[in-house]
Order: sequence, then C-alpha cells, then structure tokens
Amino acid sequence: MEFADILTILVDGVVYASWLFIVALGLTLIFGVLQILNLAHGSLYAVGAYAAASFTMLVPYFGLPPAFSLLAMLIAALAVALVLAPILERGLLRLFYGRDEVLILLVTYAVFLVLEDVTKLVWGVQPYYVFEPRNLFGNVEIGQLFYVGYDLMLIVLAAICGLAVWLGLNKTTTGKVVLAVIHNPDVSACMGVRVNWIYLLAFFVGVFLAALAGAYTAPLISVQPGISVNVIILSFAVVIIGGLGSIPGAAIGALVVGIARAAAVYEFPEAEIFIIYLVMAIVLVFRPEGLFQRTQARKI
Amino acid sequence: MHASTKRTCLAGLIAVILLVLAGFVFQHWQTWILFTATKAIGYGLVALGIITLMRGGLVSFGQGLVYCTGAYASGLMATRLGVTDAPVLLVVGMLASALLALIVSPLIARYRGIFFAMLTVALSMVLYGVLVKMNAIGGSDGFTLPEPTFLGWQPSVDYADLALYLLAAVVAVVASTATRLYYDSMAGLVALAVRENELRVEYLGSSVFKVTVRHFTIAGALGGLGGTLNGMALGHIDPLFSFWTTSGEFVFIAVLAGYISVSAVFLSAMILELVRSFSNLYFPETWQLILGGFLIVVIVFLPGGIGSFWERVKEGRAARAQAEQEEGAGS
Amino acid sequence: MVNTTLKSLMAGAAMAALGLAAAGSAAAQDDTYKIGVVTFLSGQAAESFGVPAWDGGKLLIEKLNAGEVPAPYDTVGFGGMKIEAIPIDEAGGATKQVQEFRNLVQRENVDAVIGYVSSGDCLAISPVADELEALTILYDCGTPRVFEDGSYEYVFRTAAHATMDNVSIARYLKARDMKVGTFAGLNQDYAWGHDSWRDFTASMAQLYPEAEVTAELFPAFGAGQYGTEISALMREGPDVVHSSNWGGDLQSFLLQALPRGLFQRSQVVLSAGDHSIPPLGKNMPEGVVLGARGSYGLLSPDTPLNDWWFKTYQDEYDVIPVQAPYRMVQALLGLKSAIEKAMEANGGNRPTKDEIAAALKGHEWESPAGMIQMKLGDGHQAIQPTAIGTTAKDENGDTILVDIERFAAECVNPPPGQKSVDWINAGFQGAKCE
Repeated sequence: MEFADILTILVDGVVYASWLFIVALGLTLIFGVLQILNLAHGSLYAVGAYAAASFTMLVPYFGLPPAFSLLAMLIAALAVALVLAPILERGLLRLFYGRDEVLILLVTYAVFLVLEDVTKLVWGVQPYYVFEPRNLFGNVEIGQLFYVGYDLMLIVLAAICGLAVWLGLNKTTTGKVVLAVIHNPDVSACMGVRVNWIYLLAFFVGVFLAALAGAYTAPLISVQPGISVNVIILSFAVVIIGGLGSIPGAAIGALVVGIARAAAVYEFPEAEIFIIYLVMAIVLVFRPEGLFQRTQARKI
Repeated sequence: MHASTKRTCLAGLIAVILLVLAGFVFQHWQTWILFTATKAIGYGLVALGIITLMRGGLVSFGQGLVYCTGAYASGLMATRLGVTDAPVLLVVGMLASALLALIVSPLIARYRGIFFAMLTVALSMVLYGVLVKMNAIGGSDGFTLPEPTFLGWQPSVDYADLALYLLAAVVAVVASTATRLYYDSMAGLVALAVRENELRVEYLGSSVFKVTVRHFTIAGALGGLGGTLNGMALGHIDPLFSFWTTSGEFVFIAVLAGYISVSAVFLSAMILELVRSFSNLYFPETWQLILGGFLIVVIVFLPGGIGSFWERVKEGRAARAQAEQEEGAGS
Repeated sequence: MVNTTLKSLMAGAAMAALGLAAAGSAAAQDDTYKIGVVTFLSGQAAESFGVPAWDGGKLLIEKLNAGEVPAPYDTVGFGGMKIEAIPIDEAGGATKQVQEFRNLVQRENVDAVIGYVSSGDCLAISPVADELEALTILYDCGTPRVFEDGSYEYVFRTAAHATMDNVSIARYLKARDMKVGTFAGLNQDYAWGHDSWRDFTASMAQLYPEAEVTAELFPAFGAGQYGTEISALMREGPDVVHSSNWGGDLQSFLLQALPRGLFQRSQVVLSAGDHSIPPLGKNMPEGVVLGARGSYGLLSPDTPLNDWWFKTYQDEYDVIPVQAPYRMVQALLGLKSAIEKAMEANGGNRPTKDEIAAALKGHEWESPAGMIQMKLGDGHQAIQPTAIGTTAKDENGDTILVDIERFAAECVNPPPGQKSVDWINAGFQGAKCE
C-alpha cells in the first residue's frame, strides 16, 4: 500500500469518525450518568438535522450572510435539547428511575417509534437540504485529492466537543458533582446534591450532542425519514467497542469504526459495513466490557 | 405426582382443548385470526424465553439472535434438504438455537442488567450483519420456504392455516406447561431467589452462573421454536428476524405480560399483533406513533404486566370481600 | 393456573371480538372494487418512491371515480365500480408485509392488492398471494427473480424489471458514442445494488469488451456518508461511474461528490436517478446520464394521455411526477383495462378474480409512459419502452434533460423464456432495436 493510500484512508476515516464520535459521546454520557441506554438517540440526531434545515432557512430570510448558518445550526441543536430533554427526562424517563433498567430501555424504544412519526408529522416526508454551509470553507487538497473544507472542520468540532465534555466533567465544580452522582446517587443526594438536576443536565447535554451531530452533518446528507436507524446502530457499535460510559472509549471506538470502514473500502470493498460488526464481535469475545471500561462484571 | 404438578398438567390439557375448539370455530368464522394467532404464538414463545430470563433477574434485548437462528436452521433444512415436516423442523430449530445459546451463554453470563441486555443486542446485530452478507442464502432478501407438511400429510389450501395453528397451539401449551413446571420446581425457584439476592444464593451453594446459562439455553430453545413457527407461518425469512427492532418487540411482549404468569405472554403477543395491525390499517401514516404511545401507556400504568393485573384484580376482590365482611360485622 | 389460563383465553376472545367489531365492513359491496395499496409511507423509501406513488394513486383513483380521465379510460372507476383504496405502510420488513397482506386479503376482503417497492417484499409476497389465490399486482419492485425463478398464477408485475434500466444505460453510452476504457460502480449493498451492477457489467462486457472495471463499491443501504467511496473513485479516476442508488442514498452521494469534482473527472451514470431532480433542483449536477426506470417524468413521451397526467399531477402537488407515481398509474390503468376486458367477455357482470387474472395475462394497454405489454413470465411480467437522458441547465438554471435517447421495449428487455443475465451474456440475442 502506498503512502498516499494510507493518507486518504486516515483522512476519510477521521472525517467519518468525527460526527460519529459526537453522537456516541452523547450516548455514552447519558449512559454514564443516568444508566440509560438511549435507543432513541438516533432519532434525536435526526431531529437535530431537521431543525438545522429549518433554522438555516431563516438565514437568507433575514438577509444575513451565509456564515450565520453555522450559528443557526448551533442554535437549532440547542433548541432541540431545550425542548426535548425536559419532556423526555422529566416527563417520561423520571417515572422509571429505580425500576428495572430494561424497562427504561423499552421506554426509549417506544420513544424511538414515536419520534419517527413525530418528525414526519412536523417536517413531512420530502427531503431537506442545507447547501450553504458546505461552501464556506472552500476546498483543500490533500494527497492529490480535493476535500471539502467543511468536512475537515467537523474534525475540529468533534475535538472541541470531546474536550469540552471532558473538561466540564473533570475541571468544574458541577462536573465533579456529576462524577459524584455517577459514583453514588444516593450518597450524593444525602450530601445535598440535587440529583434530579444533575440527571436533567446530563440528559440535556446528551440530547444536545446528538442534535449537534445531526445539525452539522445535515449539509452532507439528504435530511429525510429513515436517517435515524443506522445512526443508532453505528453509535452503539462505537460505545460497545470503546466501553459504555467512557469518553476516551467513545473517541477510540469512533476512530476504530471510521478507519476500519475506510480501509475496507480500499482493500475489501465487499466487507465495508460488515467490518464494523466484525470488530464489534471481536471486542465482545475478548473484552466484552469494551476497550476502555473497567471490569465491572456483576453488581451484587 | 405432586398435586400442583397435576393441576398444571390439567390446566394444560384444558387449554389445548379450548384452543383446538377455538381453531375450528375461527376456521369457519374470521379465518384471518388463525394466522394472526399462529404468529402471536411464535412471538409469545420467544417472549416466554425472556420471561424465563426475567425470573433470574435478566432481560435479553437480543432474542432476535435465537429467533433468527431457529428460523434459518429449520428454513435451510427445508430448502436444502427438502425436509418439510413441521414437527421435525420445530425440533431442528429448537435444538439449533438452544445449541447456539449454550455456546454463547458463558460469554455473557458474567454480566448483569443493562450490560447483559446490550451484549445480547450486539450479538444479534452481528448475526444480522453476517446474514445480510451471505448472498448464497438470499442475503438481505432472505428466502422463501416450502409449505410445511404434518407427519407426511399436506393440508389443502383451505386448511393450511388451521393445521399450522393447531400445531402452534399444541406447541404453545406444551412449552408453557413445561416452563411452568420448571418455574415451580426447586431449580426454578432458586432462579427467583437469584432475582432477589445473588450473593445470598451463592452463599447457599447454588451457582448464579449456572442458573444464567440454563435460562439462556431454555430461552434459546423457546426462541428457536418461535422463529421456526413464524418462518413456516410467513413462508419467508430474512435477516430482519435478527434486527434490534424485532428484539424490541419481544421484550415489549414480555414486559406487557409480566414474569408471573405464563399464559399471559400469549395474550400480550396477541394484543401487540392486533394493535399493530389495526393501527397500520386505520392510521397507515402514524402507526409507529400509536404503537409507541401504546407501549408507553402500558409501561406506565401496568408496570408489572397483565399477569400482575390479574393478581391485583384478585387482591381487590379479596379486599372488597373483607371490607364487606367488616361492614356486615360493624352494623 | 387453571383460572389464569381460562381468563387468558376469555380475554383473548374478547380482544378478537373487538378486532372483529373494528373490521366491520368485511363484506365487499357489488358496486365498489376494493384494493389494498401497499407502499412506503415511512422510512427511507417514503420520500422518493412510496409517498409520491400513493399521491399519484390517490389522485388517479379520485379522477377515475369521477370519470375525468381521458379516453380510453373515461368510464367511471373500474368498469362502473367505484374504487375504494386502503393504504398500508410498506415499512417494517418482508415478514410484517406478509402479515399485512394476509390481513388485507383475509380480513379486509380486498379484491386486489397493488403494491411493493422493495424486491424483498415482492419475493416474499408472491408465494403467499398464490397460496391465498389473491389477485396481486407488483407495481414497482425491480428484481428479475420474481418471474425468472418462480411462476405464479395470481401475481402480475405491470412494470419492467431492473435489467432494462442497466441495459439501456449501457446502450445509451454506445449510442452517444462515448469512449469507455475503465468504469467503476457504487451500489447499495443489498440485492438491488448487486443485481443492477451485475446487469450493467454484463451489458458493458458486450458493448465495450475492452473496458476494464476498476472499482466495485458496495456501501451499506442507508449509509448516508460516502466520503471514503468518493476518494476511492477519485483516485481510480475511471471514465464512467455507475450507480443504481436511489432516494437519500443517491442524493447524499451527489451532494458529497459535487464539490469534490467527481463529475469533472468521470462520467456518472445513474440507472434510477430521475427522482433526485425535483428535490435537488438547481443543485443537481450537470452532465449526468440518468434513467427513470421507464419513460417517466422528464423522459415521458409526448402523448395526450401523458400530457393530461403530467399536468394533473403537477397542478395538484406543485411538483413534476417522477417515476413512482407513473408506475402506480400504470398498474391502476392495467387493472382497470383488464377488469373491463373481462367484463366485456362475460356479458357485463362483475368479473371474478380468475376472469380478471385471465384478462391480465398477456394483456396490453396504453399508459402515460407508453405501451405496456405483459410479455414475459408467461404473460405475468411487463415490458415497456424506456428512455435515458443527460442533465443540463436551462436559462433559469433549472435542471432539464437533454440528448434523450428512446429505446423500444424489445430492445432492452429479454425475450420470453430467457433469463436476463443469460440474454445479456449471449449478446442480447433477439433484441429488436430501431
């Protein structure tokens, strides 16, 4: 294999890994704090993409320059989180805390079904496109190939998200409180921590990240029904590979998936999607708790 | 024979007779119910496996794995080897899935709660990924099955649904009677104790690991039965049998039924089939919304499942009777 | 336990009774013809195929019931019977569709079922349709396997299968005298993508025996992101890039490839791409060779029936009709003309399903997209003329199709009794091209 091949595989793999990491980060954060595996996470990604499509339409409407669409997408993701996180967490999931974890899994499955149709009711079935932002960063030439600057910008966005969440958790007081709640919610409550608020906060950030990934991938794709199903499977594979509840795990998982997929396209195009399942299977057999999870086999 | 064993077997016998009678009634009046009931029984069998796991404190969110394995094993037997005898195929499907579950179980039996659920989803998705790639057996399109025969007898078109329904009814009753007997046995009761306190069970000299392996294998066998049955009923199988949304439906049926009652699982499977089918008919554009909403309502208002609902009715009646008695005594 | 079993059964009976009450209007009336229409109302295929098809079907049924369709279809409904349609969502996989199909036939007592976009659904439904002896029209799905690997009495497909699309694309390249030294493919990783690529490579082997395949990419269905694939195609730089992608997968691929210059480096050919033109609008790349799986939409012929249909649809929905509504219309008109033919034969009585099936077998009728002939699969599988064009911009910057080449049905479809692949590999024996 030539150096140029390796370079392209790396660039393509990392671009692919970047949006996937943002989705998986939200999934892993919600799991880490609330112990909920959110099957509706892919739907939140889809809602984020739809919201971005709607919000960016406002930019030319108000006569603002196209660069504002980047801001519009951010606001769209925030809006989704502000609306959906309280409804889902306070309105629904809260009812099941302390009950069987699997019951909550089933509730999120129901939310997935509901959101599939709700997005359809709100936005219809016709596709939406977000054309403008993708032209903002021009093209970049890497190893004789042209890449769209916007796609490379996603790598920066992913890095910012990962860093922000990590710093937020480890370097701020609120973050330390969240860690305390992860460690033991009951004792935290006794120490005066308002655990409910921490849950809402974590869920809010998780939803925001899913919507953010959806919003910033919207310019690359055709936003239409059915985009959620594959996202949940991919982000699920990422957290399984990296280990549930671990931020570096999500990063490594996303990189493994992204690069494995890119390498497969070049070397064994027949195995493109299968390679992801294969990596997941290998990790499951040899390190079922994920590459980055402390062994925590059984709680007694 | 123990008195309770006798009672369970008797109940099974009565159930078989009633279901068979119902089958003949529906044959002449609303034939479509036969097929829906057969499919519900297939789903119910898989969910019965989940209930068995639930009694040991675990829920598998990936029973599509064994459901699909059973369907494919028996389906390949039918298409490749020309075996179309339904009872034989059921045994093949059951054994194949039980074997797979037995092989997989040591890998996952160390895990609990959400981790267990997730590993099972991951495994079922791996199977899905493999099957989609295997173009020799239809890839993503799956393949069509020949019509089943029954001990050498090929029913005419008008009676094909009835014949399969009757077989399904017998399988359902045998499977639920057997699981009921197991639940009430010493080994089965230990599982309930696992649900309450694993550590204590270990101290008392039983192995939680062994209970889990046993339950996962039983659930595998039941899943294989269900998959084979539905494969025969639908006449077509594809990799979606192992997709995570399929597994989600099984868990839904199990949660709707609750882990207390065995027969409730088939009722709740029937409810799901009817809700899904009628919402698809009357609200073709929003049936997922209706189904999801129904699911949430059920989980919120009937957290212990239908089985617990009966218990509550029973308790309520007892409480009322007691209240009336007290009232009578007071006046 | 006895108690709970009995209760369970009683409750089951109650549920069933509820279902029956809801099923209510079971008996079909004499003056209506009830059809089940199964197509994607949710999921990935809703936007491109399912919803436009049902929009078209709804509109045509309304016009037929009002007797407002031009001749020869100006009788009310189906031979005077009002058409009543029950739409069903095709999403959820083949097993769910088998169940819904049975419900339509056994519970709703529909007279016929028209439906199925997905090839997997068509393959699963066909044997069940024959088992239940239910008249079924497959209106869209592409796989040649339905009637090449099986034979059915009550199942008909009123549109050509996908072989036509890929043969005609290859013939178009030849007809326009394009030089092809190397070519590559990007197709979805499921039966549709693999079959399309197989037919295309086989056709190219006949028409361009020197051309070499440089890359065969099969991204997952619904992958949505093609950055890596585009890089791979750009590095190879083949003369032609073939794709049978559709819907969101196609539009995402076009959007991602455009700024990276793929359309400058290679001639992109899309076997089913016409439905991407309305949603992408001015952002549709220029110079792309594409088909519509028939002479549909911008490729449709200039006939009075087509002019009426194109305008009626556009006025109603404010968008041009693409392939899916055309194929739905083609199925409905085929059923209508077969029913009326059967009525004529039996003296004006309501025909039985066997009479309709007999009339539909080997039938021919005019559709907005040209003459449909049930010539293959022992009279159960249609062939039809098709057309291929190249995208360009008009003076307003809107996308139009230019350099349109039309192909006769028997030029791009195999003759009766021959499998598509064998026919292509044998050098298109018996093809009648003008």
